[in-house]
Amino acid sequence: MAAISREEVAHLARLSRLAVTEEELDRFAGQLDVILQSVARVGEVAAEEIPPTSHSVPLTNVYRDDVPTPSLTQDEALSGAPDAYEGRFRVPRILDEED
Amino acid sequence: MSYEEILTRYEPVIGLETHVELGTRTKMFCGCKTDFGAEPNTQVCPVCLALPGALPVANRAGIEATIRIGLALNCDIAEWCRMARKNYFYPDMPKNFQTSQYDEPLCTDGYVDVTVDGKEYRIGIERVHLEEDTGKTLHVGGATGRIHGATESLVDYNRAGIPLVEIVTKPVPGLGELAPEVAKAYVAELRDIIRSLGVSDVRMEQGSLRCDVNTSLNRPGEEWGTRTETKNVNSLRSVERAVRSEIIRQSGILDEGGKIFQETRHFQETTGDTRPGRSKETATDYRYFPEPDLVPIAPDPAWVAELRAGLPERPSAKRARLRLEWGMSELDMQSAANAGAVELIEETIAAGASPAGARKWWLGELARRANEQSIDLAEVGATPAQVAALQKLVDEGKLNDKLARAVLEGVVAGEGDPAAVMAARGLEVVNDTGALTAAVDEAIAANPDIAAKIRDGKVAAAGALVGAVMKTTRGQADAKAVRDLILARLGA
Repeated sequence: MAAISREEVAHLARLSRLAVTEEELDRFAGQLDVILQSVARVGEVAAEEIPPTSHSVPLTNVYRDDVPTPSLTQDEALSGAPDAYEGRFRVPRILDEED
Repeated sequence: MSYEEILTRYEPVIGLETHVELGTRTKMFCGCKTDFGAEPNTQVCPVCLALPGALPVANRAGIEATIRIGLALNCDIAEWCRMARKNYFYPDMPKNFQTSQYDEPLCTDGYVDVTVDGKEYRIGIERVHLEEDTGKTLHVGGATGRIHGATESLVDYNRAGIPLVEIVTKPVPGLGELAPEVAKAYVAELRDIIRSLGVSDVRMEQGSLRCDVNTSLNRPGEEWGTRTETKNVNSLRSVERAVRSEIIRQSGILDEGGKIFQETRHFQETTGDTRPGRSKETATDYRYFPEPDLVPIAPDPAWVAELRAGLPERPSAKRARLRLEWGMSELDMQSAANAGAVELIEETIAAGASPAGARKWWLGELARRANEQSIDLAEVGATPAQVAALQKLVDEGKLNDKLARAVLEGVVAGEGDPAAVMAARGLEVVNDTGALTAAVDEAIAANPDIAAKIRDGKVAAAGALVGAVMKTTRGQADAKAVRDLILARLGA
């Protein structure tokens, strides 16, 4: 059985605001399925006593002090933006989202 | 249908989610400053702009503040927890996710006690977790110039990444018609507690304290109803109004056999009611997972114990103690608390003023000025040390009440400390006996009839001469001293 359905791929595409064609849905579903099946093999060896790993290096409490460091200038910050207006990033309005 | 009548048929259950923007100098995961009102996109860096390859590092002060809030709210502090990515697509976060906490909050299972109408209510705290604020979007374009017609958004990321603490209560049933007031009292208590910790300026009008209110209704004996979440509740008064209006709105629907849908609603400041917000047709699917770029947080128990030991006195306990020490009525203390005057009065007393003297200035002249300008009392332009110095000048007889007000005006205007303002403006009470005696003698000479009456023992007539002397000294004499001097000169 496939690890991911075509509908789930369509749902993910919508959450990511990606326009995916019908043809691509089929292709991506197949590709993602291979990836998920591969990852699922980990589950075959993960026993009860093995905790899930979120970090490969066993480090905790890496902090910095609350001391300001230089920021970018406004020009630098906006230099990679496709569009800007009065010091702000200009983006198309996201439809159907909250005010 | 009256509100009271509705509450005979329905029982409300409320819950509150409060966001507090921490007052750290820098953002949560990078060293950008957090100054309010800076030019757009001037407090941003590769980390908070999510440029490729940038890596976040947690701000110790943000972790510490969250733990202190948790401790002050009687929570358990996690021995080990992680940050999580809350994925969503919206331009207010350039990363396409918000760094937050999901199933492993830093603090859990606490409570806050609040008092309404002399009765105490315990509000359970479900969790306190740490996350980051989003950027500010400005919607523009479109024919109407209104949000709904907007065609594009302008984004400023200065706020993106500022530490935000979310405090979630457990559902609170059993409040009946007092639900709106208890909700308000809870937010007020929370604000006072957080302010006492010094970790945020908790100003609702500036958005550093933001509140979402959940409300549901059920008939007695039945299961809890479906809740709605009201956002955009930006003042203490609005918290109360939002709960009340949701109770009334929901009861109307239920009375007609309708159903309440779980939805987000927006509070309308002008009308006091709520309107539907974003539709939930696309169920939120945030796909949370542990943040791989930040290592787990495992607060050292010794550090937590140290933070616990260093907690300030609980504001409600402190108010009760100070009220007795200062000899204030409960009502006076409440208004002092509401005006944000308690700490100022306390510091003024610590600087040497009497409780009555300190209270008088902060709750009188200075409160009036703050109200007029719609600013916080703390920003009125006088410090506790200056108020104490002013009161000392009054106590020493160098200033009378009228002159002291004039001196205070100078202090507030930034002319310096009270003694300096007094000297610069020439406001000191005339205590020079020679000058005063001359003024008294002049008044006696100018008013022989009155002087004669006083000599005959009609002491009450001295008032007219006091007035004359005050006039020649332009109000800068001590009225009692003048009166004594007049009586002495006339042998009465």
